Amino acid sequence: MLGIIIGVAAVIVMISVGSGAQARVEDQIRTLGTNLIILMPGSVTSGGVRMGAGSRPSLTEDDSYAIQREVAAVQAAAPALRGTGQVVAGTSNWATVFYGVTPDYFEARNWFIAAGRSFEPAELSGAGKVALLGETVARNLFGDGDPIGQVIRIRKVPFTVIGLLERKGQSLIGQDQDDVILMPISTARNRVLGGGTARHRGVGSVSIKIRDGEDMTQAEEQIRSLLRQRHRIQAGQDDDFTLRNLSEVLQAQEQSSRIMTLLLAAIASVSLLVGGIGIMNIMLVSVTERTREIGLRMAVGARGRDILAQFLVEAVTLALIGGLLGILLGVGGSYAVGHLAEWRTELNAQAIVLAAGFAAVVGVFFGFYPARKASRLLPIEALRYE
Amino acid sequence: MSLIVTRDIVKEYRMESYSVTALRGVSLDIAAGEFVAVMGPSGSGKSTFMNLLGCLDSPTSGEYFLAGERLSGLEGDALAAIRNRGIGFVFQNFNLLPRTTAVENVELPLLYSRCPKQERRQRALARLAQVGLADRAGHHPQQLSGGQQQRVAIARALVNNPVLILADEPTGALDTHTSFELMGALQQLNREGLTVVLVTHERDIASFASRIIHFRDGHVLDDQRVAQPADAHAMLRELEKEAA
Repeated sequence: MLGIIIGVAAVIVMISVGSGAQARVEDQIRTLGTNLIILMPGSVTSGGVRMGAGSRPSLTEDDSYAIQREVAAVQAAAPALRGTGQVVAGTSNWATVFYGVTPDYFEARNWFIAAGRSFEPAELSGAGKVALLGETVARNLFGDGDPIGQVIRIRKVPFTVIGLLERKGQSLIGQDQDDVILMPISTARNRVLGGGTARHRGVGSVSIKIRDGEDMTQAEEQIRSLLRQRHRIQAGQDDDFTLRNLSEVLQAQEQSSRIMTLLLAAIASVSLLVGGIGIMNIMLVSVTERTREIGLRMAVGARGRDILAQFLVEAVTLALIGGLLGILLGVGGSYAVGHLAEWRTELNAQAIVLAAGFAAVVGVFFGFYPARKASRLLPIEALRYE
Repeated sequence: MSLIVTRDIVKEYRMESYSVTALRGVSLDIAAGEFVAVMGPSGSGKSTFMNLLGCLDSPTSGEYFLAGERLSGLEGDALAAIRNRGIGFVFQNFNLLPRTTAVENVELPLLYSRCPKQERRQRALARLAQVGLADRAGHHPQQLSGGQQQRVAIARALVNNPVLILADEPTGALDTHTSFELMGALQQLNREGLTVVLVTHERDIASFASRIIHFRDGHVLDDQRVAQPADAHAMLRELEKEAA
């Protein structure tokens, strides 16, 4: 009984701790943006000198909207305009990067607002002079003070700070992702950057988030063909844009997922085995201990099948009660682990069914075998058993 | 007609490298209503003979009839039915189920004869009352004295109205006083018409029987009828007088 309880509980706790860890790893990788594709304008070649990605103003906001609308695998496509400049607040100043964005940007980048509010529609369409600060910028301009409601100047244009961005930490290549200011894309285009981009609603980049479970390569192909069509690029001609994704990270994620799954499977099978051996012992001991009882029952008229039925019923009852207690203990245990060790645990219905089912099967099997042996004994042998 | 008839019963135990012959052709008739004591040194085959009579074991050869029915040659389930309805057992070490109340122990044979639950309880309680343990029905064996446990065992042996009571050293674990009490109970049952076969190695226990059979080396050495068996109840009173 104890063997069944502990076996089942161990499996449930193991698997819930394991899948909690796996979910945490997946979450961490997700914040890096593995399902993110960055679309950049192509390069300009001027007198044999190629100016590099983004130098040619070939992408527009409308391209971004078309991608969002027409490619089913795309969850969000967020256009952004990038600029750099000196930011001044009172007596402090700081050189940073600013992006003109739409609210889709937050979704595409998995980036949320820690305090304050997001842009309002009027601010988006009317080039409102409002800004969201990254953590690094806020600290450098305001120290420990509250920046919300304060006025800052970006390239001499005054902005009201309406919110703070969640801390995002370093990027994969060690860049501080919190050293940034976000403003509505219309504001960046019309009030801060000005110039050529303003005339044809060009954008610096589009962040495209692909839905979970969609094939990245296939989605990338669909976006490419959509853009080639929109930009009227003939077959055989080069793209006038660039698509990038974090495929290396993606591979790393797949690898770690696979290792995690293997590890879980190994742990689970070991604990199931241990649980099974426990159950087996209990059943064998129970039948052996009670050989004399079996003999007595036979002496007063029990047939072989009566003995068999009795032990099967007992084994099933034992396995069921043990399994139930084990489930309770396992669920409680995984909550306790989650609470006390502050590990993330995830209860898994499959694990519960697997563990309880295994307990039942093992309980019946190892109850059945010795009981059948006992039921075939001559009564006198069972009675004399020491 | 005899209740028990055995003809040339041979029982051989085959080990890996040798075999032991426990019974070498035993032929006996026991009439209904007899009180038989089977005696003999250990290894004489008396217990083996008892187990064969009780259908706990099968003879290697020979024939065994109980109440006219040929039992040698029957197998598993048929023998289980005979043990259930025809024979009541009383063992040296009582063989009661622990963690089970007295009345449930007595019910056990009825369980295997598919007796309805209520009738089972009624009959078990009636038998417990018969052995003087009506007020102990809810007790577990470990809460009862040795004599009381053996009386529970007798109630269990009687509950399915058998034709034969087999008692294998039933007083082996009891003191003299309780032994005499138990023998008194068996004598009472015998007077009421039940056939009793008892294995013992104690002469004064055997003296309560109306017939004493001696076994030696797998043979019947001696078979004598006792004209005037000792009366257990009378002996008990004497014992009490001595003690007083």
